[in-house]
Amino acid sequence: MQEDINKRIVDDFVANDVSFVTTVPCKQLAGVIDEIDAREEIHHIPSNKEDEGMGLCAGAFMGGKRPAIIMQNTAIGVTINTLATLTQYYRMPLPMLISYRGELGEPVACQVEMAVHTKALLAQLHIPTYHFHHRDDVEELDKIIKYTFMCNKPVAILTDASFWGGY
Amino acid sequence: MIRSEILKEIAPILRDQLVVCNIGIPSQELHAIDDQPSNFYMLGTMGLASSIGLGLALSQPKPVISIDGDGSVLTNLGTLPTIANNPAGNFILLIIDNGSYGSTGDQPTYAGRKTSLAKVAEACGCETVVECAAEDTGRVLQEALDSGEMTIIVCKCESGNAKMPVITMDPVVIRDRFMKAVSA
Repeated sequence: MQEDINKRIVDDFVANDVSFVTTVPCKQLAGVIDEIDAREEIHHIPSNKEDEGMGLCAGAFMGGKRPAIIMQNTAIGVTINTLATLTQYYRMPLPMLISYRGELGEPVACQVEMAVHTKALLAQLHIPTYHFHHRDDVEELDKIIKYTFMCNKPVAILTDASFWGGY
Repeated sequence: MIRSEILKEIAPILRDQLVVCNIGIPSQELHAIDDQPSNFYMLGTMGLASSIGLGLALSQPKPVISIDGDGSVLTNLGTLPTIANNPAGNFILLIIDNGSYGSTGDQPTYAGRKTSLAKVAEACGCETVVECAAEDTGRVLQEALDSGEMTIIVCKCESGNAKMPVITMDPVVIRDRFMKAVSA
């Protein structure tokens, strides 16, 4: 089941011609990252920090590729300047598949500290935000990716522990 | 030599290449010296010129030169391992190392003191790293282009800025004309 959801997510990215993906790991996203790394259609560039990853994605977009970033919600704290002055200012599309740590089922208390700010920060940045909580929510992913490249904006997809089936 | 003198000297080489230029005075200087649609000027986001340039180089075949500064590379030091481990033969990172944060008042950087960015790049795994004097930048840059190998150039020069106007071009215009130059 877990493998199916990882494959399903990456299938949707590939079907939408996303071919450049940068990742900063999270335990919840390990399966998706493995799947991305295994796909020939996707150039996978692990990055050391999420703002660096957004820079890579901006370059890939201007080079004619459709990019995406995979990261943890703590990265919102790291990337606000990059989102505002690069991705949004130059009007570039960027699907952001984000593990929403600090929600129900979270064992690490400190993760809650950024979880409580995550949606407020995304709202303040006027970033369209989708929250995957139930397994069926993945059905919207295809449309969300299409929407991102239609409007040339960063778009957040928050995926919580309930969606991933706990850890 | 200061940065603007180097940019003037290498402008004929840059003109035919895709250039991603660092935030602040470096972009203002390049824009004033030789504005080209094939120049991507960063108006914000300190530190990401090298990351944008690498992403661009990995995504299409034309040569890409990222013009960066020592302060900006120090801000995004994680870029050097990423560059080293994802080599693109069409990518040149030109670090104009004047040992100072030029756009903010020439405060000294650690690259102007004990830290060698060339040695850092080598330690990160970058295979072709050339440190050169300001006067040799044009020759070293042309050799890097001709080699077809990913090259990190650390050009040591004096601190100082030319007085140039702020870029008022809309960012979407900069991006649009740059993308047209990429796909031309």
